[in-house]
Amino acid sequence: MKNLIAFAAGLVFAAGLGISGLTRPDVILGFLDFTGDWNPVMLVVMAAGSLVYGLAWRVKQKTPVLGGTFPNPKPSPPDLRMITGSVVFGAGWGLAGVCPGPSVTLLGNPSLEGLAFFASMLGGMFMFRMAEQPKPGAARSSAVQCT
Amino acid sequence: METGTLANALIGGGLIGLSSAGMLLLTGKVSGISGILYGLLINEKGQRAWKFSFVLGMVTAGLLLTWLYPPAFLDSPMRRLPTFIAAGVLIGFGARLGGGCTSGHGICGVSRLSARSITAALAWVISGALVLWITKTMAES
Repeated sequence: MKNLIAFAAGLVFAAGLGISGLTRPDVILGFLDFTGDWNPVMLVVMAAGSLVYGLAWRVKQKTPVLGGTFPNPKPSPPDLRMITGSVVFGAGWGLAGVCPGPSVTLLGNPSLEGLAFFASMLGGMFMFRMAEQPKPGAARSSAVQCT
Repeated sequence: METGTLANALIGGGLIGLSSAGMLLLTGKVSGISGILYGLLINEKGQRAWKFSFVLGMVTAGLLLTWLYPPAFLDSPMRRLPTFIAAGVLIGFGARLGGGCTSGHGICGVSRLSARSITAALAWVISGALVLWITKTMAES
């Protein structure tokens, strides 16, 4: 059941990316083009998405409907590592105008450039993994640290 | 911005929010795309099935969009192949070092007014805008 929901969620998520145009690098680059022809679409999408998501956070019950637990990481302040990562991410973003979500969606509209980007993105993640050899026994999580 | 584009952006954003909200309320999972991909890459136990299902859903949507909504995609690439490769590496590495990407920090974190996520978002945007500006300036000269 969880997997069915995940499939549906992925479908809806990517549909949202496609409908809003975030699957198009020109739309993303347009958002970053402050000195040129600025395109506010990304901002509108983020605002709409955040609003809906924020509402969900407010109406959520004690546990997820299918069981399990809600993520509840300790809020942590921004640190140099996170900022460095974000700067690196931003650089890649500004180069090609593609981020992970659109990259996966683009697998459904394959092109040499799209596939190369996707493979390189996995490569970059793999490099991170190699650089981050975990200490034995340390907890490892791929969950996003969004608090 | 034309009303058509605005409507698309609102609908698209709403769908993204709906998807993330649905995942959260039903399964308790945060749909941060970079985390989902990373989990599959490192073969994270117990998470592979739902993450793979999510990715499959996204690719399926991509196929449907190709068929039903071609404006979702550009006809030809804006950059050359080496640029996409370099960008991919930066995005992949940066997303993990930064603890998330636009779906995780952007939707999940910013909606909760997380200082961490807001800082991340600002960092991406400033960095991205700068790189784009440099790219444009170099292309002109």
